[in-house]
Amino acid sequence: MTIRTASTLLLAAILALPAAASAQATHAEDLRYPPLPRFDIPQPERVVLDNGMVVMLLEDHELPLVEATAFIRGGSRQDPADKAGLAKLGATVLRTGGTLGRPGDAMDDYLESRAASIELRAAEDHLQASLSSLKADFPDVLRAFADILRQPALDARKLDVARNQAVADVARQNDDPGQSMFREFRKVLYGPDSPYGRTETFASLGKIRRDDLVAWHGEAFHPDRIILGLVGDFQRDDALRQIRGAFGDWPKGPAWTHPDVPYRKQPSPGVWFGRKDESTQSWIAMGHLGGLRSDPDYYALEVLNQLFSGSFASRLVDDVRTRKGLAYSVNGSIDSDYDHPGMAYLFVSTKLQTTGASIDALLEEARNLTAQPATDEEVSKAKQALLSSFVFNYDTRRQVLRRQLTLEYFGYPLDWLSRYRSAIDSVTTEQVRAAAHRLRPDDFSIVVVGPAQGTDKPLTAYGKVTPLDLSLPPAPGKK
Amino acid sequence: MKRNAAASRAAFALLFLILAAAVPLAAQDLASFEAKTKVHVLPNGWTFIIVERPAAPVFSFATVADVGSAQEVPGITGLAHMFEHMAFKGTPNLGTSDYEGEKKALDALEAAYQAYQAARLAPHPDKQKVQSLLADFKAKQKVASSFVLKGAFDDVLSREGGVGTNASTSADATRYFYSLPANKIELFAYLESERFFHPVFRDFYEERDVVMEERRMTTESEPIGRLIEQFTLAAFSAHPYHQPTIGYASDLESITMTDAEHFFRTWYVPSALTTAIVGDVHAETLIPLLDKYFGRIPARPAAPPLRTVEPPQVAEKTVVLDDPSQPMYVEAYHKPASTHPDQAVYNAIDDILSTGRTSRLYRALVRDKKLAVHVESFSGYPGEKYPSLWAILAVPAFGVTNQQVQAALREELDKLKSQDATDEEVARFKTRSKANLIRSLRNNQGLANQLAEYQRLFGDWRELFHAIDKLDKVTKADIRRVAGETFVSENRTVAMLVNKAEAPQPAAPKGGH
Repeated sequence: MTIRTASTLLLAAILALPAAASAQATHAEDLRYPPLPRFDIPQPERVVLDNGMVVMLLEDHELPLVEATAFIRGGSRQDPADKAGLAKLGATVLRTGGTLGRPGDAMDDYLESRAASIELRAAEDHLQASLSSLKADFPDVLRAFADILRQPALDARKLDVARNQAVADVARQNDDPGQSMFREFRKVLYGPDSPYGRTETFASLGKIRRDDLVAWHGEAFHPDRIILGLVGDFQRDDALRQIRGAFGDWPKGPAWTHPDVPYRKQPSPGVWFGRKDESTQSWIAMGHLGGLRSDPDYYALEVLNQLFSGSFASRLVDDVRTRKGLAYSVNGSIDSDYDHPGMAYLFVSTKLQTTGASIDALLEEARNLTAQPATDEEVSKAKQALLSSFVFNYDTRRQVLRRQLTLEYFGYPLDWLSRYRSAIDSVTTEQVRAAAHRLRPDDFSIVVVGPAQGTDKPLTAYGKVTPLDLSLPPAPGKK
Repeated sequence: MKRNAAASRAAFALLFLILAAAVPLAAQDLASFEAKTKVHVLPNGWTFIIVERPAAPVFSFATVADVGSAQEVPGITGLAHMFEHMAFKGTPNLGTSDYEGEKKALDALEAAYQAYQAARLAPHPDKQKVQSLLADFKAKQKVASSFVLKGAFDDVLSREGGVGTNASTSADATRYFYSLPANKIELFAYLESERFFHPVFRDFYEERDVVMEERRMTTESEPIGRLIEQFTLAAFSAHPYHQPTIGYASDLESITMTDAEHFFRTWYVPSALTTAIVGDVHAETLIPLLDKYFGRIPARPAAPPLRTVEPPQVAEKTVVLDDPSQPMYVEAYHKPASTHPDQAVYNAIDDILSTGRTSRLYRALVRDKKLAVHVESFSGYPGEKYPSLWAILAVPAFGVTNQQVQAALREELDKLKSQDATDEEVARFKTRSKANLIRSLRNNQGLANQLAEYQRLFGDWRELFHAIDKLDKVTKADIRRVAGETFVSENRTVAMLVNKAEAPQPAAPKGGH
């Protein structure tokens, strides 16, 4: 075939293709996208029972499943200082200890034979109970759920099982250097005595008795302190009737007041070092307290976090991982929590020999947030990423319901998500640059856990070094 | 034209109503799922599974490559996983400021690395020569790097709303996945075909450093990582399943860009690739896009099958790792590949022994004897494609030795051999497996992963449904038979972490004995 014939054939082939629609893009920039079909944020229905229990309902008939989640006022931050772990053990035993009518083992049999589950857990700022069942079993499983919340047996034998697990966790708390680092970092930032920084000990777990669980349950569990959400394959009228049947005759409790939780308000610059010679890496965290979601610069911080470490193309990941190859895992963010400050942090784990190089790289990236302020292009890319992935904030009804429960619990406006979209859209480069000053490298607490010998630079180069005790505390019952 | 979303949603839901009715799955249930599912095989052999699920204007996909660390040979361990990292580095059209220039720089870089490596690994290395070749390599690395638009692949994805972008490598397979808004379907077709059509291994040696850090983080710095690596090495004597997927440290220091290119040419042939796409997509418009983008990739011959078969184990193996941490215990038994008809029986045994608070190991070891705080069993470690392992991991309670846990565990395994499972246990695993299938299909990504996996392993995604039928047919006699064949000492590997400095001394005998 001559060249001429070939090109004629090629031309014919190209002409035969229907125009633009069929052109295969060579570069991603050549692609043009149709608009996303309209898709509104599903809105759960909110109903308040006579006894003050808030109920949120969102039907979802795709699968024959029903799920319930309850947010309950409380959480581990309200544990008495000498009984740290109370809410955690309480939440576990509430479920495993069974109810007055159905002992724990029978409850396990009952639920698992229906492929259903009921679980409770204590977060630091709330308690959470969840239920999942096949549609057909839901009315019965909801009864069991109500019994667990209202009439738990709090079986002392199940407290022993739960305590045994918590004691093993304490014994293993320094086996993994990453776990040690995150725990000690929180302790340094919030203060060792703050409920946000302290941890369970053999002694605190040993002190918790069944009577404590009974008192804890009596104090925390009242219908007007519960927000119950339902999502799944139910009819709204039926579900409300079932919920009223299970919870309606539960009398109101005493008024709830927001707990006053102490934490360190001033930064504590310096270096803390925990020795783990068997690790081949140093685990490094640095930072100080962050902000609240209700802060006026929250949206600017969201954009800043995105351009700082939100993707592989972000400043921190690109520099520390992609360009310098210092780490597999690197992260950083100015976090905001709902009713107490989150943490502003940078984190990395790196080989012993590049410990100093990695600390330097993190400090440099932190300083660059203000020294080389965000450009219009960076801000525009970050906003585009947040806005084009926005639909993933509400593409399943389960997560929509979950978010609404959280907003209700912390007293945030229920249309928060749609406000979020427009607020992100209106963030300016100036606002992002101003928000960057929230990160203050001079105030950083630096926590390092890893081997003592062989780093490329002494830790004293970064401040006064306070040693951390990572040894196993005395065994329970021993002095 | 907007299609009728409500109608397809109803058809999708119908299947699950039937599933949930706790009747054995009939051909008719599968048929209602098949109505929403299209399989499209390109002439080059790449298989696509498309499921229309228009609940929200988003979709997820999973691409599974039928290649994992079991395809590695000594010297290149870790390469399957290394390639996974390289699949995010772009192509001649993505990630470079000037591909012509970059190509030359990459060729020069690789020549410099090969020269350095030859000198470094020589029988009697000339230290000065090694140093100067290393300096030359580093200089060429700088040149090659200057062409790179860093993070370009991830950058375009995150700008267009991609979420959950990730990948994973196992002994059997390499998986790539993310989700996008529904209007970006062509971006998926473009990016996914680009990276397996003509990947460019830019930043290979920088990324090798990242992977070495990954090895240090996940395998070397955590006690469980150290234990599992030693355990896996001991459990297989001939089959490559013994190799760590992350790779040996010395191999990670030595694998080259040339190795990666060879690996790609050999194993990433289109017929070894399966992609499942689930969400608000329409097969009739998607298939022409797939033809256009993925059809660019020429067919290549399939790689030869793995020859080595693990010989029957003839002696029990025990690995004791002295480690400055709390005790941890693993024991494992060889079992057939997951495609074997007995797989359903192994799944039943798993459920009876270690699923939930009703399971035998939880009740005996955690609740009653308080010897362990966590017990878990796995069927098919480290892979499912070739004969593999059934394994138990137990976390002893504080102050309890591995030996105490072992004795209690063996008692339970023996009971499975000598006594029938109860009616309740049998009913429970059958109910639970159906409910689990429903729950696992709740999100697009989970469904895409499963369909692609079953297609890869069985050559037919329908096996996802057939597996439930098979589990439904498992009898008490099957359980005793398989337990009797499997749980024997010469088929066993034991591995434990012991802190010799702090191990509790045997307690003084109590009075009365």
